[in-house]
Amino acid sequence: MPETQPPTAAAAGPAADAGPAAGAAPVTGATIQLENLSKRYHGSALPAVDSVNMEIGAGELVVFVGPSGCGKSTLLKMINRLIEPTSGRIRIGGEDVTRIDPVKLRRKVGYAIQASGLFPHMTVGDNIGLVPKMIGWSKTKVKDRVEEMLDLVGLDPKEFHGRYPRQLSGGQQQRVGVARALAADPPVLLMDEPFGAVDPITRDHLQDELIRLQRELHKTIVFVTHDFDEAVKLGDRIVVLREQSHIAQFDTPEAILTNPSDDFVSGFVGAGAALKRLNLTRVRDVGIADFPTVSVDDPLQSIFDRLRAGTHSELLLLDRKGRPYKWLRRGDLMRAKGSLARAGTLVGDYVTRDATLRDALEAVLTDSSGRVAVTGRRGEYIGVVDMETLMNSVHELLEEDRLSAMEAQHELEETRAQQTHLAQEGGAAAGPVPENGAGSSVAGGGGRLEGK
Amino acid sequence: MNFWEYLGNRHQQLLADAFQHASAVFQCMVIATLLGVLIGVLTYRREWAGNLAITSTATILTVPSLALIGLLIPVLGLGVAPTVTALVLYGLLPITRNAVVGLRGVDPTLVDAAKGIGMSRAARLLRVELPLAWPPILTGIRVATQMLMGIAAIAAFASGPGLGNQIFRGISSLGSSNALNEVLSGTLGIVILALLFDAVYVLIGRLTISRGIRA
Ligand SMILES: Nc1ncnc2c1ncn2[C@@H]1O[C@H](COP(=O)(O)OP(=O)(O)OP(=O)(O)O)[C@@H](O)[C@H]1O
Ligand SMILES: [Mg+2]
Repeated sequence: MPETQPPTAAAAGPAADAGPAAGAAPVTGATIQLENLSKRYHGSALPAVDSVNMEIGAGELVVFVGPSGCGKSTLLKMINRLIEPTSGRIRIGGEDVTRIDPVKLRRKVGYAIQASGLFPHMTVGDNIGLVPKMIGWSKTKVKDRVEEMLDLVGLDPKEFHGRYPRQLSGGQQQRVGVARALAADPPVLLMDEPFGAVDPITRDHLQDELIRLQRELHKTIVFVTHDFDEAVKLGDRIVVLREQSHIAQFDTPEAILTNPSDDFVSGFVGAGAALKRLNLTRVRDVGIADFPTVSVDDPLQSIFDRLRAGTHSELLLLDRKGRPYKWLRRGDLMRAKGSLARAGTLVGDYVTRDATLRDALEAVLTDSSGRVAVTGRRGEYIGVVDMETLMNSVHELLEEDRLSAMEAQHELEETRAQQTHLAQEGGAAAGPVPENGAGSSVAGGGGRLEGK
Repeated sequence: MNFWEYLGNRHQQLLADAFQHASAVFQCMVIATLLGVLIGVLTYRREWAGNLAITSTATILTVPSLALIGLLIPVLGLGVAPTVTALVLYGLLPITRNAVVGLRGVDPTLVDAAKGIGMSRAARLLRVELPLAWPPILTGIRVATQMLMGIAAIAAFASGPGLGNQIFRGISSLGSSNALNEVLSGTLGIVILALLFDAVYVLIGRLTISRGIRA
């Protein structure tokens, strides 16, 4: 049963111009370009952010990750100029916003923070409708928008519209915070550890929600976290930052997991990179195999015959609605004296096509049959994934990652060689290529490059 | 004449005095509130300015009210002017201090959020900071009102309006048959007025403090 849907979970890669090619929703995001962006706080010797160059494509979700104090928040807040850069330039959608009225800038850039930042004296509805109202939307339009946004983040408008923030759980507050940030439909959304203050299970939900939301909206999202797993889960691309916001690596999660650029990045990736890699691929992306099935409605004799004659020594018994019910082995029926109700072993776990390979592996390891049933939206049987398929896919994935990493490495070396060549020919005009520890490099013409 | 007979006899005069007293306090409170909040808004962002505002309003309070009115009479003459000036000056301290403290107490992440979602400075102040600082400011206004109730009585010394006239008349004719009644009725009137005002403030608090932040 081959799937024709595009692999949405896999990152679209550096979507510099076009953004994700696939997907029904139009890209509503805008590019963000940071050019030599620096911030030195008053009275500190070293800059908190030191000459960052970065280009984020329209509709991309980029995650900044790095140790505490490395300047993630400072870098993020310079994008909407909550912190004014000491030097450098910010462009959003190509427009230089470094000097425009910051209030105007911030209306194009949504902002969601840890602990939601909701105004406690306003109702949920007022919080969400605040920005639309400020930019002069009509009352009815604001009201409709508030309902739409509550719907979008999965809260019942009727129930939550009139509540005050303190009457919400942490996770609900965070949803409202995101709804407020998106209310005026800004092309860019900045999120500073938005899920940092909620429990792990709620955080997982909120992350899933954000992925779904982004699949619908295609905003340009910059997301700050110090949780690398969160970065892998959410990011189309990840920026690993070291102290002073030096870019250690800027690449897809796959590339960072399989080919960390240096010890700092590997240290950050932590143990179990191959396992983490499993989180990036969905069951729908690997081969789902067919498996012989019988239904509880089939005559007992035919089930007998198939078990005895078939090449498979095992069958999957489906219930009346076509859902996986039991694994039947040869001899099971005999032992149960011909009673289907008593024969075989119940199907313990199953996964959907959207499950990650990690979930699938977990299920395979715990199911006695050594395979896991894949089910559709209503729980109906679609196929199975077994240990062998999983192992093969993982090996293939890792191999693929290794190849593309090598290719990227090769390309980079080529450009470097070219630049050195140019620099030697052009003499002083081209300027030296700064070779700081981060390995950030400067492109020829525009003076920027997306890390490496 | 016992106290009740006295009240019955003079109730018209007393009511007029009470009304004037209340009206003077009310009007001075309006001015002091506007001024106090304005000073607070102008100074809370800067460490030294806010502290200066609090210290200077506190200094005014250490001047005895009788002395302050005495000092104002040569400048402003007798009557309403020195009374209003003195009352406004005394009312400033609690309001200014609570405005500064209240505005400074607003959670900085909320101010950051307000900035981040694109609110202008004025919008931030009016829609976020002042509403959140309003409960302590209202407390300041309550305290100031209680204080002014008493201080307004002293205003009679400068021929000001209000129940103070009863009290002064009584004091100046101590020993006469009505002296005690006069002092008593004036004092009681002030206490009752103070209680009434306080009740009104509780009501105002109910109506103006958002349910989202009410204790
Ligand atoms: N207002 C400020 N004045 C002076 N120094 C500051 C200020 N804000 C941040 N810093 C310094 O700048 C550096 C970067 O801070 P920043 O908040 O951007 O780090 P971060 O990466 O977001 O850390 P965390 O993960 O802990 O949130 C830190 O060394 C911090 O001490
Ligand atoms: Mg931070």
